[in-house]
Amino acid sequence: MPLTDGPALKMEGVSVYYGAIPAVREVFLDIPAHKITAFIGPSGCGKSTVLRCFNRTNDLIPSAKVQGNVFFRGVNLYSKKVDPVEVRRRIGMVFQKPNPFPKSIYENIAFGARINGYQGNMDELVETSLRRAAIWDEVKDKLKNSGLSLSGGQQQRLCIARAIAIQPEVILMDEPCSALDPISTLRIEELMQELKEQYTIVIVTHNMQQASRVSDKTAFFNAEATDQGGKLGYLVEFNDTVTIFTNPKQDYTRDYVSGRFG
Amino acid sequence: MTLSSNPRDLSDLQGDANSQFKPNLRSRYRLDRAFELLTWLATLISLIVLVTLLFDVIGDGAGSLNWDFLTSPPSRRAARAGLWPALVGTVWLLGITAVVAFPIGVGSGIFLEEFAPDNWFTRLIEINVGNLAAVPSIVYGLLGLTVFVDILRPITGGTSVLAGGLTLALLILPIIIVSTREALRAVPSSLRQGGFALGATRWQVIRDLVFAQSLPGILTGTILALSRAIGETAPILVVGAAGYIAFTPPLSLEGLQSDFTALPIQIYVWISRAKKDFEPIAAGGIVVLLVVLLLMNTSAILLRNKFQNKKL
Ligand SMILES: Nc1ncnc2c1ncn2[C@@H]1O[C@H](COP(=O)(O)OP(=O)(O)OP(=O)(O)O)[C@@H](O)[C@H]1O
Ligand SMILES: [Mg+2]
Repeated sequence: MPLTDGPALKMEGVSVYYGAIPAVREVFLDIPAHKITAFIGPSGCGKSTVLRCFNRTNDLIPSAKVQGNVFFRGVNLYSKKVDPVEVRRRIGMVFQKPNPFPKSIYENIAFGARINGYQGNMDELVETSLRRAAIWDEVKDKLKNSGLSLSGGQQQRLCIARAIAIQPEVILMDEPCSALDPISTLRIEELMQELKEQYTIVIVTHNMQQASRVSDKTAFFNAEATDQGGKLGYLVEFNDTVTIFTNPKQDYTRDYVSGRFG
Repeated sequence: MTLSSNPRDLSDLQGDANSQFKPNLRSRYRLDRAFELLTWLATLISLIVLVTLLFDVIGDGAGSLNWDFLTSPPSRRAARAGLWPALVGTVWLLGITAVVAFPIGVGSGIFLEEFAPDNWFTRLIEINVGNLAAVPSIVYGLLGLTVFVDILRPITGGTSVLAGGLTLALLILPIIIVSTREALRAVPSSLRQGGFALGATRWQVIRDLVFAQSLPGILTGTILALSRAIGETAPILVVGAAGYIAFTPPLSLEGLQSDFTALPIQIYVWISRAKKDFEPIAAGGIVVLLVVLLLMNTSAILLRNKFQNKKL
């Protein structure tokens, strides 16, 4: 069972470089378990970059270099002993653009379970995952059809189902609704509320209403100009969502959440 | 700003008069049509050449096409000559070439694209593979003569169908490598990311997601390469394909070391005969070669479609 006390994820002085260029500097952050944490901030301030540190997908970008420590329930994810493949099994991810595999709906769900050596009943797993992602009723009669034959909103829920099928403890979502209509968005937001009973969720969003609607905690990132003429992202403020949206400590944050940025 | 009382056309609408845009639609459309005509002409020319060629060859060769022609060995008398050994030789060659070149070519392509680090060494290999694809086939023949016929004589048995097949495999390896890499590169990175995010290892991502997605492209490249191999004459002449062979390589391991001939060689030999009566059977040979090519390409397309459909 996941611990309920203590943060699920913790960042201590995390800086990320792409090649020699710093992208994000010294982030300190505690992400509580079984809560929804939102990352907001202007484009290019490093939200996705920080998010990718949690499941070590930055490792897949040859030029990316991560400094500092990231802890998952007390385990340093960047220590030599930790295998990034195992990290990604426990910390799932949903991307901005729905990216179902060019396989059947069933196989989309079964794939992750199979490669991770799932021993249980596959049919059951597929059904419960699809049910939990609130898409079972729409696809139960066409599990053999391609995942690509679904609409964008359905595809995104399929990707969420795919992510929860391997029973992670955390789900990272990078602008999961940016390609969706308001109704699909609402469904996914409801879904997140249900999922947070079991999972810890971190979501990047550009939609202020969405952040204030769904999240318990909000981290506001910004970028500052560097001497070299580039932009360097940093964490401005991290607090309860209500505080960030009604009574932030920083003027920057107040301007941003009220739409008076720049 | 007033509108004319009954506008029929967008240009009747006033208020656009002092615009800085000069649409000049008429001349743009003229250019459009001119270009269409040019491309159409280009297509027509290649079509005419192809059809003339086909008619010419079929007209000359149709008379000599019959079952005996297909199943008889060659002969000094044109009336009794057949191309069975050449047909079997070509199938042998193709089989060996495919079995050797496909795994090695696809394997190298996957390594270079997916595993190799990006440094000066791999870039050097990359450039060289690209260049190798452009090396004249006779050079591969000479390489095959040295390596497969002389150095590896204990294995290949000298001038044998195995030496010929290996030489052709060398010839088409660069083409397969290049087309494999292109097919892999066409796989969207979001697919790989999706796989990795589920805790797949690199091998699992490649095998289950990337390879499945790029297989149609890889197969197409391989088939094109094999089609090239089937028509090659120079390199297998160099490694010793015989002009006159009355038997077919037996279908066994020893058969690999047997002497051989192939369709393009047989055709070449017939054409270069002084006697006029060999001309029709040479044309007949060409028709058979074309049919083999066509069958191969068709089966390749069917195979590719099968994989493509499976993925949807
Ligand atoms: N793969 C990469 N290679 C090099 N630089 C990168 C890469 N990914 C991101 N960056 C740089 O890092 C900085 C932060 O990018 P990131 O994608 O994390 O921003 P973001 O906050 O997610 O923006 P958005 O809201 O537009 O998604 C940007 O300046 C970007 O150019
Ligand atoms: Mg982003």
